[in-house]
Amino acid sequence: MKSLLKYLKGYYKESVLAPAFKCLEAIFELLVPLAVAQIVDVGVRQVNHTRILQMCGVMIALGVIGLICALSAQFFAARAAVGFATKLRSSLFAHIQSFSYATTDRLGTSTLITRMTGDVNAVQTGINMFLRLFMRSPFIVFGAMVMAFTIDVKLALIFAIVIPVLAVVVFGIMLITIPIYKNSQSALDRLVGKVRGNYNGTRVVRAFNKESDEIHDFDERNQALTRIQRFAGGISALMNPLTYVIINAAVIFLIQRGSLAVDSGRISQGELIALYNYMSQILVELIKLASLIITLNKAAASAHRISDVFATQPDEGKQISRKSDATAYALVFDRVSFRYHADGDEALSDISFSVKPGETVGIIGGTGSGKTTLANLIPGFYTPSSGNVFVNGKNTALYHGTELTDMFGIVPQKSVLFKGTIRSNLQWGAEDADDDAIWKSLELAQAKEFVAEKELGLDEPVLQGGSNFSGGQKQRLTIARALLRRPRFLILDDSASALDYATEAKLRTALSHLEDKPTLFIISQRTSSIMHADQILVLDDGELVGAGTHQELLARCEIYREIYRSQFPEGGDAE
Amino acid sequence: MKLKQNVKTFGMVFKYLKIYRIHFAISLLFTAVSVALTLYVPILVGTAIDYALGQNAVDLTSIQQILVKILISVLITGILQWLINVLNNRMTYGIVRNIRHSAFVRIQQLPVSYIDSHQTGEIISRVVTDVDQFADGLLMGFSQLFNGVMTILGTLIFMLIISPPVTLIVVLVTPLSLFVAAFIAKKTYSMFKLQSEIRSEQTALIDEMISGHKIVVAFGQEENVQERFDEINHQLSKASLRAIFFSSTTNPSTRFVNSVVYTLVALTGALLCLRGGSMMSIGKLSSFLSYSNQYTKPFNEISGVVTELQNALACAARVFELIDEPVQIPDCEMPCDPETVHGDITFREVSFSYREDKPLIRGFNLDAYAGQHIAIVGPTGCGKTTLINLLMRFYDVNEGSISLDGEDIRDYTRKKLRGSYGMVLQDTWLSSGTIRDNIAFGKPDATDEEVVAAAKSAHAHSFIRRLPNGYETVISEDGGSLSQGQKQLLCIARVMLCLPEMLILDEATSSIDTRTEIRIQKAFTTMMRGRTSFIVAHRLSTIREADIILVMRDGNIVEQGDHHTLLAKNGFYSELYRSQFANQ
Repeated sequence: MKSLLKYLKGYYKESVLAPAFKCLEAIFELLVPLAVAQIVDVGVRQVNHTRILQMCGVMIALGVIGLICALSAQFFAARAAVGFATKLRSSLFAHIQSFSYATTDRLGTSTLITRMTGDVNAVQTGINMFLRLFMRSPFIVFGAMVMAFTIDVKLALIFAIVIPVLAVVVFGIMLITIPIYKNSQSALDRLVGKVRGNYNGTRVVRAFNKESDEIHDFDERNQALTRIQRFAGGISALMNPLTYVIINAAVIFLIQRGSLAVDSGRISQGELIALYNYMSQILVELIKLASLIITLNKAAASAHRISDVFATQPDEGKQISRKSDATAYALVFDRVSFRYHADGDEALSDISFSVKPGETVGIIGGTGSGKTTLANLIPGFYTPSSGNVFVNGKNTALYHGTELTDMFGIVPQKSVLFKGTIRSNLQWGAEDADDDAIWKSLELAQAKEFVAEKELGLDEPVLQGGSNFSGGQKQRLTIARALLRRPRFLILDDSASALDYATEAKLRTALSHLEDKPTLFIISQRTSSIMHADQILVLDDGELVGAGTHQELLARCEIYREIYRSQFPEGGDAE
Repeated sequence: MKLKQNVKTFGMVFKYLKIYRIHFAISLLFTAVSVALTLYVPILVGTAIDYALGQNAVDLTSIQQILVKILISVLITGILQWLINVLNNRMTYGIVRNIRHSAFVRIQQLPVSYIDSHQTGEIISRVVTDVDQFADGLLMGFSQLFNGVMTILGTLIFMLIISPPVTLIVVLVTPLSLFVAAFIAKKTYSMFKLQSEIRSEQTALIDEMISGHKIVVAFGQEENVQERFDEINHQLSKASLRAIFFSSTTNPSTRFVNSVVYTLVALTGALLCLRGGSMMSIGKLSSFLSYSNQYTKPFNEISGVVTELQNALACAARVFELIDEPVQIPDCEMPCDPETVHGDITFREVSFSYREDKPLIRGFNLDAYAGQHIAIVGPTGCGKTTLINLLMRFYDVNEGSISLDGEDIRDYTRKKLRGSYGMVLQDTWLSSGTIRDNIAFGKPDATDEEVVAAAKSAHAHSFIRRLPNGYETVISEDGGSLSQGQKQLLCIARVMLCLPEMLILDEATSSIDTRTEIRIQKAFTTMMRGRTSFIVAHRLSTIREADIILVMRDGNIVEQGDHHTLLAKNGFYSELYRSQFANQ
């Protein structure tokens, strides 16, 4: 958490000035009871009109100076907090962008989003409040005690006793309730989980007539949450009454002892009033302090979650073979294994194969056989747990920046488009592409027709997530985007899954007729999509169980034969 | 209009408050008493101080008596305050629980069309966040408001008793602080609005770019994205600084006004003391000073509470809007529900559309006899799922009728109708719980043997066995670490366990590899034997054997018949069929 403090850099001045001004304000506030004591003791008792007017003037002056100090403090605090949050957000975003595929997969996008937004805001509020109040409240509490000592040491001892007692009560209750509130947070998460699950599964729930069971389950979680909240609330409920009673007990004690002191002439009546006022100020500040600590506690939890993200390093170090493979191959997998978690099972084991430039490679296998994992290893999105991947003779781990990914055009399984226009989306592939080039790639991707039908053509807006296009249209746009880069390697990861067979067939034909044909990887569950590839890799449970052409594999790979037969039962259908 | 809505919201709030009316009444009563006692203490302190005039002029006995009074008041106040907190807690969390319950129950009764058109996030924020904010703001806000008003009134009365002229000064000057607060709030409103606009723009960007992170990386767009982010971030920074700073001037400004009030009280009080008489004494001045602090504080709080109340009311309105949402058409009162159903399904002149301006199915007829298999095919997005929505009564037809065994399906209870179908959807939804719970979802009293048998026939047994805790492995709401295919197998096992008279398989094997599919297909064949089955698929090979094939295109049924008739017809079906096996 401390690591986040570096984002305050550049705002040190503000971070010091804000609490300093707050303390100044507090000092002026602490002087007020002394002025009142003067009014009582000198002004009223000795009938001194001038002193009363003087002291009232002093009080107004204290108010004005206090206001100026407070405004300066608020300004500096806001500047430091906002500046901090801005820098933090920017570098957090940059950090997240540097994550590898494996890291993003592991952390999940929704957590990253809440950390970027809600958590950063909570920290901003926390810092702002901290700078404004954290110095002020203890300062007033102890200041009041110090002022009491200047009036009368013996009576001030009451302050010295009551402050630690109050501190124990306030912090004790908070220490007890904080873990309970954490529990209530997880109970709330369970409740949210229920609502989300139920809502998303409406059809299944209703088809199985499970509505009343669902309500029952929800009620249980709801009640569990209520129980925790009431319990925590019951303990917090003690805070105000206890502090009130303690402070007033101290007041009673103070007046009892104080009246004796007045009787003996040790202090004046006005000084007794001043002591009483200081006691009241302590109560007010303590309440503020308690609510501040709750805010800070939330901010600390958020800060913790943010530092967790920063602590996640983009990639784990691994011995990299520096040997280069200067053969004519475009891609070489040399005994590559991959696991997602250090202690998990291997998602891919000991895969070796090589691909010549311009070849078409089909990758086929069952659900969860490791096809997509393999595809992500090719452009270095995943780093192999062992073994090496060479692209154009160079180990993928040795490429820098975007050098490697620049050579690739990738069409992922799930079509992702971004808010903007069709043109701005396609230009992700090549920033300076002109309209001619864009239309050409749209044509290749079988998307020309529907884009041309759009009123605004290439300027047709794309809503967030591409929600104004159908699944098939989105997929074709993502294909066009990848083609626009004129990549040396093209990866189609089950990219035709949302396309009907007719469109997919047209797409494949168009791709095979490209001039400077890229090295093409087609990942699919459909044999028909890959049967004409120069080389077909058959994956099963993370292992490479067959490699070769369609005919070769039919002859010697049992699993390939089974997959093929499952799609072309009579064999003759495929002509 | 807005007022009317607020009144309506308040009406709903009181409905939920009614159960806790005793809590509520006691809480208000205790508040009144504790406020009065809290205000009484400074008077007592003032009197005590008046008894301590100076050296050898202290009436110790009287002071002692007063101190005992203070002690009693303080103890009673402490206990009352605690009771108020406890009561408010019980009330607040109880009402929150009850509202959440109503909202959840309502979700179960809403027409599916509502659920299809409202996002999960939106519903969750209503059921969770809005209810919380409502409780915090409205209930806590209300008790704060009541406390504040009581304090103001009480202080006024006590001050009037002590000294009417000084009270007048306090009453005249204090509104100034309200005015200052209102002025600042008005000025900062537009700043906050700007801030939240920029913030939501930024959140949208974050959402988009983090969700699409892989694409950002694949296309090497990190720098451009960061640039766009930093630009919005910079704007946000400027807007936030303004909003935060200007809004934070409220407290110091009102505090300043208060210190002016305080000074004026000290001044007039002191001058009155000098004039002598019973108008004012030093002790009274001391009580007065402490009052003028207490009197101004609730004003600051109330201005805060009012904004909070408005927000809370808006939240409450959103929750109640959900709870008030019309439910689906209730089941008919005299349902025909027979013991067993046969499985004859007839569509007569059925017309249906999701939106009035976009007609979909028009004048559709179909006769499916018990035990027949009906396949629905067509390109992506052509509306295949619509038919399923109608069969299961997730949606009702606009015109015409669908009947089961000759009776309109609207004459059955939904429970009976839906219970007669076994359904596997493309969307693999599992509930949180163990694997076993999920398989036994439709038949919770199933024996272990039955569960395992169902899993075996769905080819799920082997992967379940390999899970850390086998059938007792707990999975989270979205199926967690299970692959799409494994989840699909569980959904199939779920149906295998309780096999009703009719089946609906909506792209049931879409995320299963074809080898496993072949095996499941065998299980499906056994399962479908003698059962009226509706099968949606874009894999034509799996539906060739169907008795009737419905070919859909753009929401309409364009062809209807068996495989051979349709191929012979040389229409859209044959085009689709051939394209599957087209070669380059």
